[in-house]
Order: sequence, then C-alpha cells, then structure tokens
Amino acid sequence: MRHIIALLIENEAGALSRVSGLFSARAYNIESLTVAPTEDPSLSRMTLITRGSDNIVEQILKQLNKLVDVVKVMDLSEGIHIERELLLLKIRVTNANACHDIKRLCDIFRGHIIDVNKDSYVVEMTGSSDKVDAFISTLDPHLILETVRSGVSGIGRGQRIL
Amino acid sequence: MVGETEMLTGADILIRCLEAEDVEFIFGYPGGAVLHIYDALFSHKNIRHILVRHEQAAVHAADGLARSTGKPGVVLVTSGPGATNAVTGIATAYMDSIPMVIITGQVPTALIGNDAFQEVDAVGITRPCVKHNFLVKDVTKLAETLKKAFFVATSGRPGPVVVDIPKDITAQTAAFSYPEQISMRSYKPNNVGHTGQIKRAAELLINAKRPMIYSGGGVVLGDASDDLTALTRELGFPITNTLMGLGAYPASDKQYVGMLGMHGTYEANMAMHECDTLLAIGARFDDRVTGEVKKFCPHAKIIHIDIDPASISKTIKVDVPIVGNVNRVINDLRNAIKVNKNQVDAKALEKWWQQINNWQEKNCLQYDRESELIKPQYVVEKLHEITKGDAFVTSDVGQHQMWAAQFYGFNKPRRWINSGGLGTMGFGLPAAMGVSLAHPEDTVACITGEASIQMCIQELSTCMQYGLPIKIINLNNRYMGMVRQWQEFFYDKRYSHSYVDALPDFVKLAESYGHVGMRIENPDDVKGALEEAFAMKDRLVFLDFMTDQSENVFPMVAAGKGHHEMLLSSMGTTDRELA
Ligand SMILES: Cc1ncc(C[n+]2csc(CCOP(=O)(O)OP(=O)(O)O)c2C)c(N)n1
Repeated sequence: MRHIIALLIENEAGALSRVSGLFSARAYNIESLTVAPTEDPSLSRMTLITRGSDNIVEQILKQLNKLVDVVKVMDLSEGIHIERELLLLKIRVTNANACHDIKRLCDIFRGHIIDVNKDSYVVEMTGSSDKVDAFISTLDPHLILETVRSGVSGIGRGQRIL
Repeated sequence: MVGETEMLTGADILIRCLEAEDVEFIFGYPGGAVLHIYDALFSHKNIRHILVRHEQAAVHAADGLARSTGKPGVVLVTSGPGATNAVTGIATAYMDSIPMVIITGQVPTALIGNDAFQEVDAVGITRPCVKHNFLVKDVTKLAETLKKAFFVATSGRPGPVVVDIPKDITAQTAAFSYPEQISMRSYKPNNVGHTGQIKRAAELLINAKRPMIYSGGGVVLGDASDDLTALTRELGFPITNTLMGLGAYPASDKQYVGMLGMHGTYEANMAMHECDTLLAIGARFDDRVTGEVKKFCPHAKIIHIDIDPASISKTIKVDVPIVGNVNRVINDLRNAIKVNKNQVDAKALEKWWQQINNWQEKNCLQYDRESELIKPQYVVEKLHEITKGDAFVTSDVGQHQMWAAQFYGFNKPRRWINSGGLGTMGFGLPAAMGVSLAHPEDTVACITGEASIQMCIQELSTCMQYGLPIKIINLNNRYMGMVRQWQEFFYDKRYSHSYVDALPDFVKLAESYGHVGMRIENPDDVKGALEEAFAMKDRLVFLDFMTDQSENVFPMVAAGKGHHEMLLSSMGTTDRELA
C-alpha cells in the first residue's frame, strides 16, 4: 500500500540525512521526499511517499518517531488529505501547430507556460501525482526536453493538523 | 557552580560539564584535534582520565563501566582515525542500549569539508549506530549540547550519543553555565504504561493455564530486577532470561528455568513453545531468541512491556503492548493483579510445573565430567564456586561466552557484561577494565577465547598502568570454537580458516606486560589454579586453560528451527578428528 507520511523535524544540519539514512539502513522503500522550513524557521516539514505492508508502515512510523530530531509524525493517508506535486516541463516547439497544442493542453490541465524561447517552452503545473502523470502522458515523449517533479507535498483537511 | 556564569574556553567548558554530570572516569586517547581538551585535563583533579591503547578499548571500557554501574560511560578520542577506531565500540553499545557520551575531536570549523588532515565525517559515520549525535559549531552552544547529550543517552531507551567538537571551538571562549534541566520538544520518552492495557495484561495472566515470563536486558537497564523478582514470586510462574537479561532474576531460584534461545535450556525453550500466555518484559524478540519466527510461541497470547514503542510488534505481533518504564509498569501490573477479583489458577499452574519439571529432567546442560581433557564448562563451574557466584564476569564472543552464560549462574543484575547484540570479539578485556575501575573492591573476571582475547590484547598494558587486578579466564581450544562448531554441523566439517595458529605463549605474554601468567593443562589443576589466581587480589592473572578442542555448545536451536526442535547432544566428533 502507498502511504503519504508528513513529519515535522528540527531544522538542523543533517536532519534530512537522519530520515533518508533510516530508510536506506532498514531497507524501507521511499518514492519521494520533499522538505522545506515552516512558518517557524526552526522547524522543517517533510512529506514522504512510501510503500509497504501495514506492519512495515507501522515500523516506519515508529522508527521516524524514535529519531531524536523528529517532533511529530502523521500518516496522512489514514484520513482525508490533499496531495500536490509541482511539475516543470521543458518542451520542444517545432512549429506553430505544436505551440497551439501545448497551449490547449495547458488549458485543459490548468498549467501555465512560464518561459518562452525560440525552440522551447517551460510549462508549470500543479496537481495530484496522477494528474501530473496524465499530463506528461498526453505529450509526445520526443518533445520533452526536461522533466522536473517536486515530489508530493501533503496536508490534512480540516481539523487534521500536524 | 551550576547556573553561575564565567568566561571559559570550550575545553574548560567541556570539563566543567562532565564535572556537573558527576563523571568520575573518562576513557580516551589524545591526538591533534583534542589537544586543547587534553591540556585542560592536565591540571584537572576531579576527573580521572584512563589512557587506553586503542580507541575501540576506550569505548568498551566506558561501556563496561556503564553496564556495571548504570551511569553513562564517557569517552574522548581525536578526529579521523580516533573516531573511526571508536566506531566498533559505539555500535556495540548501541546494539545493547548502553548509555554513553562519546566526545570526538574534529578538524577546525574552517577546514571541515576540505579533506583536511585527520578529517572524517564523524557525525555521518556514526549516525546509524548512535541514539543521536551532534556537531558543535558554536562555543556558546557547547554546554547546552552536552546537557542534551547526557539527557538523551540516559533517558528513555538508553544509548550512545556522539558529540563532535571542532578544535577551534575548544579554544574559543564563552560564558559558562550548565543548564540544570533540559527539555526538548522533539524528544519526550514515555514512562507511564497505559492503565487499560495493564488491566488487560493482569486479566490474561490470572487466567493463564501455562504462563511464562521472558525478561531481557531492559530489566537490567531499567533497574527493575527487584520488581521483576517480586512479580514473578507473587505469580509463581516460570521465568527465563535472555542473554542480556541474565541476573535480572536470580539463577539459583527454583522458578528460574535458565536462559532461552539459540543456546538456551531445553526447559526454557520447551516452555516457550508450549506456553499459552507469554509476558515479555524489556526484551526485543531478537532472532537469536525467537528461532524461526513462524514457529515462535504458537499457542500464546503475548503481553509485551518495553520503553521503546519501536520494539513492540517489530518481529512478533503482540496482543497486549505496554509502552513504559519497565520498573513502573511492573509495579502497576502487580497492583492490577492484586485488585483483580480472581486469582491465579493454582491447579493449572501445578500441572504446568510438573510438565516443566519433566523437561528439566533431561538435564540438558550435562557434559562429560570424566574426561581427561579440561572441559570448558567445568572451568566456568569452578569459577562460580571460587568467586561464590558474586564476581563481575565479562566475556568476549563465541563458545566461551555461551558457556559463561549457561554455567556461571548470575544471581544479581549488572554482573554479567557481554556484547549480546553486536557480538563484538575484543569486548571482554576492555569492558573488564571499566568494571574494575568502577568497582575496585570487587572481583572481576573476563571469560574469553584465544581468538577473541587477541583482538584487544594490547590493553594488558593499560591494566598494568592502572593496576587493574582482572582475572582473565582464557578457554583456549586453539579454534574459533563457535565458527568451528558451525562448520562441523553445517559445512560438513570443512574447518575453513577457523584454526587459530601461531598462538603466542600467553604466560610469557602476560609476564612481559608485568602480569602473572598461568597455563593449566589438567582437569585436576583447574580448581587449584583458580584459587591461587583469585588469592592474588592486586594482580592481573592470565589463566590459559588448555581445553577440549572438540567441545560444542548445547542445546542448540539451529537456523530455521523452532524452540521445540533443539539439538541436544554432541554429534560425535572426537578430539582426534579435529587435530
Ligand atoms: C570482531 C568479530 N569478528 C568476527 C566474529 C565472528 N565470530 C564469532 S565467534 C568467533 C570465534 C571466537 O573464537 P574464540 O574467541 O577462540 O572463542 P571460542 O568460540 O573458541 O570459545 C568468531 C570469529 C565476531 N563475533 N566478532
């Protein structure tokens, strides 16, 4: 099962490697990891995507909690939550038709063209990972010059606050 | 002078922090990055620095002190090779949850990351084998960081904490004040067990027909031995201890059925297999204890008390988890049992004890007492007799360790000091140094093998310098016995590189360091030699016992087997076949 785990951690040098080191040392699966400081600059917020049986995920949560720098851990996938990923895509534009196609797809997927060059566009889009996947799959792979995905960030809905 | 402020160098701040923590001994080895600290130690009187001969030994010695006293061990090593040499010791302490603070020197802040002389990323290297670690980048944070280090090392599930201090930090000055209290928002160990769960546990125990108590190192670390003994006596249940938990319940008591696990007793392992209710206390269901997980305690409802939530249901799913300080939870459980309207089922218990007594009749720890060769088990039995079962016994890793565990019969906690988790050969002698320094009036023995002892043999020099009257019991079988045993059983007697060749003359070796050496070749001389050695109260004596090379450790639960599938007796190898 895929789980999305949110955690608050002391914003100190090496905090990230404590988390990533835990995953590699214990052979836990990690699909993506995002991290940035919060409104309180002494704390960082991480979102982690992992896969595993219930037993393994239970261990992951316990082991994360056990890290001395970790302040709070929550399995967002246990309740209602929102997930978003940011995509930056550099696309080759060959002719006016291609331009038009990209603009149309951007409208449908609610993306934006944020950089225009003679031969390429950069498109920005946010959404669930599924939506990002879907957008990428509608494009001709030969036209994609660079794919940059942020990895998932997540937040609980309503009263679910970490 | 806690609370007062004065300007001090980082090196002096460090020493003052250690003083504030009542540190009596610091085990270390100097080098460039810690010279300011050593300079501060030079004129210092309250803390005794013990100079070892290898940094690994410094950590093991501090570890031995910690295990035997319950106080945190403190180590000081230099950057680079000093830190890497310490890693084995740190990992050893980590696996057995031993409270320690290890100070590693680091190259000056401005040079970090430059591949400077004797630079290693000590925080990076030790991260997976410490409870926590710190790099101090600001001298004004040094005292607070050390306070945190001691707090983290000694609270919750204890463990080693590394504090990496760059050289320039030890020379800079700052106002010193040592915080009396520290609170960390990210670290709040839970000590009190859940009342509802404790009630459920009491209910299960009272209704048990075939109960079993399995207790581990957590009971020793949590100083809950008396509480465990009281609980066990009140219930009248059989109890087994893990390798790490020996002594937490007196081995001479009639409710004690011996150690469990890979080399546990027949009765302990069979009782584990057949029990219907298992009370696990401060134990972590280690693979050497459980045997094949699928066959573990197939009939039992399991209650697990532990300070570390991550230990619960890690390998074995338990029915009633109770997270908390063992000592507190045991007493809450005793109360919950007392106030329960029902009582333990005495009839069922009597039947269960009959069954256990039948298993005990197998006499699974028997060995050939008529042999012309010295049997290692006999040496340990005599050691017990001569030290009245009251010595501190350290060990290395191998067959001798198992015989020590099986035959010494520990009646008190913190007397049995061994590397159970990491299984570090070389642990025994340096650990004995720490024990001996902390308990100068007590008898300290190190049971070892001729392969293990050579891993930290240089410490004989440290023992001389500080006059540590350790008795080294070398069970010399000219083999890495435990390796040989596995090769005999599972590799068709292909004894690949397990013969220990070109051994030194241990008697002369001991003498060259200024100690007493004895070589014992006859079973008849074992007792006399031990008596003679232990009579030399202020000397280190190296007793080199030439033991039966073919002896194996039994019983044994082999890989993939359950507790009920033990090997009970020798597979018939003779001494000649091996030579
Ligand atoms: C540092 C280290 N290296 C290797 C091992 C693997 N090992 C476990 S027991 C053993 C043999 C120990 O031989 P000895 O000290 O003579 O004890 P004996 O088994 O003969 O009693 C070895 C090599 C280990 N535990 N530790």
